[in-house]
Amino acid sequence: MPSNEVIQGLGLDDYKFGFVTDSEPVFKTRPGLDAEVVRQISARKDEPDWMLKRRLKALRIYDAKPMPKWGGDLSELEETLSRTYFYSKPQEQMERSWDDVPENIKQTFERLGIPEAERKILAGVGAQYDSEMVYHSLKEEWESKGVIFDSIEDGLKNHPEMFRKHFGTVIPAADNKFAALNSAVWSGGSFVYIPPGVHLETPLQAYFRVNQERLGQFERTLIIAGEGSRAHYIEGCTAPVYSTDSFHSGVIEIIVNRDARFRYTTIQNWSNNMYNLVTQRALVQQGAHMEWLDGNLGSKLTMKYPSCYLMGEGAHGEILSIAYAGDGQHQDTGGKVIHVAPRTTSSIVSKSISKGTGRSSYRGLCKVYDGATHARSNVECDALLINETSRTDTFPYIEIDEKTATVGHEATVSKVGDEQLFYLMSRGMDETEAMALIVRGFIEPIAKELPLEYAVELNRLIELEMEGSVG
Amino acid sequence: MDDSPILVVTGLEAGVADEDLDILKGVDLAIGPGEIHAIMGPNGSGKSTLAKLIAGHPGYEATGGSVEFDGEDLLDMEPDERAQAGVFMAFQYPVEIPGVSIANFLRTALQSRLEDGEELDLFDFQELLMERMELLDMDVAFAQRPVNDGFSGGEKKRNEILQMAVLKPALALMDETDSGLDIDALQIVARGVNTLREEDPAMSVLLITHYQRILNHITPDVVHVMVGGKIVESGGPEVALELEASGYEEYRKAHAA
Repeated sequence: MPSNEVIQGLGLDDYKFGFVTDSEPVFKTRPGLDAEVVRQISARKDEPDWMLKRRLKALRIYDAKPMPKWGGDLSELEETLSRTYFYSKPQEQMERSWDDVPENIKQTFERLGIPEAERKILAGVGAQYDSEMVYHSLKEEWESKGVIFDSIEDGLKNHPEMFRKHFGTVIPAADNKFAALNSAVWSGGSFVYIPPGVHLETPLQAYFRVNQERLGQFERTLIIAGEGSRAHYIEGCTAPVYSTDSFHSGVIEIIVNRDARFRYTTIQNWSNNMYNLVTQRALVQQGAHMEWLDGNLGSKLTMKYPSCYLMGEGAHGEILSIAYAGDGQHQDTGGKVIHVAPRTTSSIVSKSISKGTGRSSYRGLCKVYDGATHARSNVECDALLINETSRTDTFPYIEIDEKTATVGHEATVSKVGDEQLFYLMSRGMDETEAMALIVRGFIEPIAKELPLEYAVELNRLIELEMEGSVG
Repeated sequence: MDDSPILVVTGLEAGVADEDLDILKGVDLAIGPGEIHAIMGPNGSGKSTLAKLIAGHPGYEATGGSVEFDGEDLLDMEPDERAQAGVFMAFQYPVEIPGVSIANFLRTALQSRLEDGEELDLFDFQELLMERMELLDMDVAFAQRPVNDGFSGGEKKRNEILQMAVLKPALALMDETDSGLDIDALQIVARGVNTLREEDPAMSVLLITHYQRILNHITPDVVHVMVGGKIVESGGPEVALELEASGYEEYRKAHAA
């Protein structure tokens, strides 16, 4: 772990993990994107023909779709993409043993506290370094239960039938421009399968990091939770500071089969020059539960709306999200719930904090199809503004085609008030401590759902961000 | 024991910050260690402004005179510095802090009093909190509730008293703590203050109130009457009783004349 002195020694808006490790990738494509680059990626991965065809088709869809005009400002993105390396492979081999991991990569992990986490609970860290899994170990217990927790590449290689049956079924390439882009150039990510009836107590964790200037990261994750299974997947990322804009566009597909319960937790803390445009969606079958727990810090612009398609009777979807927009950042986040079947229920709780010139937007969709009788949905979005220059907007879209549905929506905007600050200061806290306590209280309903180490990390990040935000 | 006053207010003039509005027009007041002073007055007399000014509320500004606490110039200090020096204000309208438990809130407040690099021992804190709640006859579950969030009027006052008990001030300012309280809640406040005074007879109290009734439960050493931004009369508890009988009208007339 980096010591507190080191962290505090950084200026206010310096990025905590903003260091660059000197690592030369073994292979990378030239900047920019065309069919030749896609062919190279596919060939490097030694992929079956059907996947190459899928990639090329996705590229055509990507080229044909216009840039979205809604959400955040994407006007400089085209230029950024022309300079982006779409694929970089740091090593030839997958590493399983810690000893085999190259020293400079180890250093990066060490500075992020990875080895400690490894020693503590996780025999099963899947850590992504650049575009590929370099380090990936799996608990024996999971193997004995038939759980698959692989890199997405190994998923395709080792479980071709299951992979082909589900890949792209939740989020087809044509879903949106960035889903198409990811489908064309995806690299890295996880493939997870939980057999029916298997309950996992320890979360599956993947920790990854973008470490190559102008390297776009297009992780792709496919998760299949078997009938009646229970599991929790945790993903956390952090990226170093770069002089030019970086780009991250992931696609996460999850299938939650009948009566299964699945939770997907992400804490993302991108450096503030990153475009972060992610599509994540779960298909939730009869009686199943899906929960997205999504924390977004950093980045230049994040557009991310985890969604639950409630396909079977009694399915339940839950989206909890926190967004933190610092100076010059725009967090355009929220969630989507689509009620297709009767007695489906959903809940979205979204909290955002805007500081300085930061801007947060809640963008959500609740759709209830005709025939989704007695569907119930509740949306709550709360925004906290730290300074006069901070901004927040709410865009709740509600489409109800079913008379028996019940949908609730509640939105609040609060400012950290002088009275609140004075109350805390009159008890002896200085302004920064008072501000941090108010913010911690604001995000508490979501932070308490996080595993302890993540909650502690989140609180620490917020505290660092609060320093100097007042006065 | 040193009997020199802990709080000395001299010729204090003050108003609302950034506005040309005088509220206090020369207030003189001295409170000795362990003394209970009550300031009574009609609405708009400036009594609440005085309390807020002593605590350091950013909405008010001194334009003349001085406030000394324990020999130090209080007006030069930030609200948190005043709190750490031993000033505590029980609010008339305590503020809600959603998501922050009373225990967490108090732990942060105590931690902020320590030197940099010093950590409050969690077990010591837990012990202190339990002991304080026991003293005030409070249910321990109360400390797990978020600060003032969804509290009844009585619960908010109870929370103020608990904070006072944990932070152990040298001077407690009670800013109209009794307004809008039913008799049960009033007694909670009075019992709390009396218990803390029994424990620490050196704790001074400045009680700001509109009504005489709280003085039936907390016996003041000195009662001041404030009208039009000035203290117009000071005396023993009998002053409050006279006020109860005759009202503020007489003082108003005298002041206006």
